[in-house]
Amino acid sequence: MSTLASHSKKSGLMDWLTTVDHKKIGILYLVAGGLFFIIGGIEAMFMRIQLFKPENDFVSADMFNQLLTMHGTTMIFFAAMPLIFAFMNAVVPLQIGARDVAFPFVNALGFWLFFFGGVMLNASWLLGGAPDAGWTGYAPLSTTSLGSGVDFYVLGLQISGAGTLIGGINFLVTIINMRAPGMSFMRMPLFTWTSFVTSGLILFAFPPLTIGLFMLMFERVFDANFFNPDNGGNILIWEHIFWIFGHPEVYILILPSFGAISEVVSTFSKKRLFGYSAMVFATVLIGFLGFMVWVHHMFTAGLGPIANSIFAVATMAIAVPTGVKIFNWLFTMWGGKIVFSTAMLWAVGFIPTFVMGGVTGVMLAIPSADYQFHDSYFVVAHFHYVIVGGVVLGLFAGLYYWYPRMFNRVLNETLGKIHFWTFFIGFHLTFFPQHFLGLMGMPRRVFTYLSGQDLDDLNLISTVGALLMAVGTIVLFINVIISTSKKYAPSEDPWNGRTLEWAIPFPTPEYNFAQTPLVRGLDPFWLEKMAGNKKMTPAEPVGDIHMPNGSILPLFMSIGLFVAAFGAIYKSILVGVIGLAITFLCMFLRSVIDDHGYHIHKKEVEEDMKEGRS
Amino acid sequence: MFAMLALLLMGCGDPTLSTLLPQGEVAKSQYSLMVLSLAIMIFVLLVVFIIYAIVLVRFRQKKGDDSIPEQVEGSHTLEILWTAIPIVLLIILAVPTVIHTFNVSAKEKAGKNELSIKVTGHQYWWQFEYPKDEIATAQELVLPVNTKVHVELTSADLIHSFWVPSLAGKTDTNPGDHNKNYMWLDTGSKTGVYKGKCAELCGASHALMDFKVKVVSKEDYEAWKTNFKSATAKSADQAQGQEVFKKNCLSCHAIGKEGGSTGPNLTGFGDKEKIAGILDHNKDNLKKWIRDPQKIKPGNNMPKLNLQDDDIEAVADYLLKMKLENK
Repeated sequence: MSTLASHSKKSGLMDWLTTVDHKKIGILYLVAGGLFFIIGGIEAMFMRIQLFKPENDFVSADMFNQLLTMHGTTMIFFAAMPLIFAFMNAVVPLQIGARDVAFPFVNALGFWLFFFGGVMLNASWLLGGAPDAGWTGYAPLSTTSLGSGVDFYVLGLQISGAGTLIGGINFLVTIINMRAPGMSFMRMPLFTWTSFVTSGLILFAFPPLTIGLFMLMFERVFDANFFNPDNGGNILIWEHIFWIFGHPEVYILILPSFGAISEVVSTFSKKRLFGYSAMVFATVLIGFLGFMVWVHHMFTAGLGPIANSIFAVATMAIAVPTGVKIFNWLFTMWGGKIVFSTAMLWAVGFIPTFVMGGVTGVMLAIPSADYQFHDSYFVVAHFHYVIVGGVVLGLFAGLYYWYPRMFNRVLNETLGKIHFWTFFIGFHLTFFPQHFLGLMGMPRRVFTYLSGQDLDDLNLISTVGALLMAVGTIVLFINVIISTSKKYAPSEDPWNGRTLEWAIPFPTPEYNFAQTPLVRGLDPFWLEKMAGNKKMTPAEPVGDIHMPNGSILPLFMSIGLFVAAFGAIYKSILVGVIGLAITFLCMFLRSVIDDHGYHIHKKEVEEDMKEGRS
Repeated sequence: MFAMLALLLMGCGDPTLSTLLPQGEVAKSQYSLMVLSLAIMIFVLLVVFIIYAIVLVRFRQKKGDDSIPEQVEGSHTLEILWTAIPIVLLIILAVPTVIHTFNVSAKEKAGKNELSIKVTGHQYWWQFEYPKDEIATAQELVLPVNTKVHVELTSADLIHSFWVPSLAGKTDTNPGDHNKNYMWLDTGSKTGVYKGKCAELCGASHALMDFKVKVVSKEDYEAWKTNFKSATAKSADQAQGQEVFKKNCLSCHAIGKEGGSTGPNLTGFGDKEKIAGILDHNKDNLKKWIRDPQKIKPGNNMPKLNLQDDDIEAVADYLLKMKLENK
């Protein structure tokens, strides 16, 4: 393979638009996901302001339905998913001792597809109204919804879903093929394991969503009748397809957070993870069972007692591996020397919160009782306990923990702790009362409630809590801004880390590892440190390092689909064809142009090593 | 512990709306499962929280202590323990779960002597039919006390969900003949008016799709049926209102045997608890509703009729005088 001498360093914006480096793509995911997180949060605040008193008229009924739909869709698909991919990108290749993911080009494509899907969805706000059929998009509400809001939902999710799917495949291949010598499956850090299982879930869960969205699109754009009972369709088809995707999606979100918590708990207790193999097995089992339980979202749809009972018991079974995880975290801390850094605070806050979300999950698994819980605020409380109390708290733990690795800076610990306490207390204040609101008869997705139903006080408390969560989030952003002024001293190991991502200096060299490390066990960096070594033992001599070239094509491929989607929404064949032509042209170019990448020469690597840069 | 939990939850909420103050055996059996599961779950929470508290207090790093804790790999005994105990707890929960699931499920046909009603969800109102008595009413379901009622559920447009928290958990009303649902609703031993809700997002006014279940004594129920069947749209002293109603409303709304069925049946309107399911039952509210229904329930199917003020006045009087009386 020839070395391309023409490789030149791009600067600024162009570098970010063309990058195929997993570290930079991780940052892109983090920034974009953070942006959508703020948008989804603002939508949530509007809803809580509307509900702070009965019969309020802060927003209209129609606007409220748009807000609830956009809040759910944005938070799940465009905040939680990309934030998970942010950490998977930033951390997984480093944790397994790889120089990048298996398909760097595809990695960039995945990001840009997700990003333009999100832009597509949010463009609906400016183009005649957002989707209003709930993030679940149940037919016939979604198929008959007026305006083009739901079309934006369908096409936005379709585009970003393609990005997620190829991202998942990429990480499967990366983790299977690119582990450093000695990094056997049963030595992989738990974050890598959970990313692996999550990628597997993506592989199997996203195709049903794709199919469902295609059916919905055909029904809306081309008058198909999949879900139209008047013409022989069946509304339950959508519910099944959506939840066959939708339930595994929940585990896609939570597993990487479990992984982050495992790393943080172990590092800040200064102990190896208790029951590592049980943790791995529990992760795989949760992923497997996640596909067997979708009907518990449909207990009230009328599938009958046999289906409901089977899915009830299957759902309850998931509590067992989840419990195994909780107890293993507790016993990792048991006998440890716990340091309460901000990252650890989030992990410590995560455990009881997630357990509370978990137990209400078991309660919801009982069909007969679920007839009371279902679609009430009890469910709203439950899934915010697992998604905010689980996923988001885990992501925050990961953020404070991996921030130095991603940005060569640390976040301020004091501000971090203020962020934790305001957000954590605000969270419980918001969502704990909602359990009772549900039990007291308040349905979910209501734009208002009448006075005189004993629902006023708890709703007010809930809104106050939401304000506190907003304050916490603002503190985080202040913290991020302040951190930009502080650079990190290279070759420091900020948390006394255990895994490979801490074995390299700051900033992370472009090629990650000058020499691929030799892994001698679980927590490889910790093992070396305990053996008195400062660095990993290399598994190869210093040599030329082969690197991929950046490319602008992923960006344009995504723009092409973005344009084509507008063609579908506004029924303009010309626009649709132009969009698809852009995408296919880019694919053609990618196929015919030989791109061998470039090499970083041995000399440069050796120089970096001499000066402590790698 | 059970008793304590029950006490804790009692008195939570509006007695005509809260699932925690159940009436009738259906809601009570659902409540009993809620309490059982909550008890088991609180036990789990206690175990976790106690270990958690011990860990956080005992194992924080002390100042100046730089020693490395023992790197424990795990413990087979513990792993088996915290796999087996949850399994046992779940079996304790799963057995009554399955039994109750079968017990509360209703078959397609009601028994010969059982009261059977048909519920149809509309954007944004509820139609209640009594097939045996050929009665079709709306928004207020009148039922006799101490009766287990077989309910058939369907929808005229999209998915709604029929929920009377005090009397029975919800079941979806699915559009289309293939997906009719059936459920039991037990009226319990107390008479009273219970609040009902739509629990599935169904459009702009989903939040306003309230209805009432009026549980009355058996005698009152029989009298109500008889009066309902003999009611007519005729009103001697409200001739103008009757005329306006006939011209503008009758094509959608029926009174007695006359009129269309695309809108709620208005027989006995004067006796209703609420106007449009949500407003207090008085003339001002009724006039407000007739003047601009979209303002009160956005997205509903009743058009703005642009009636003259005196016509509105007349039709409101006419409707409010439409009471079911013993003849």
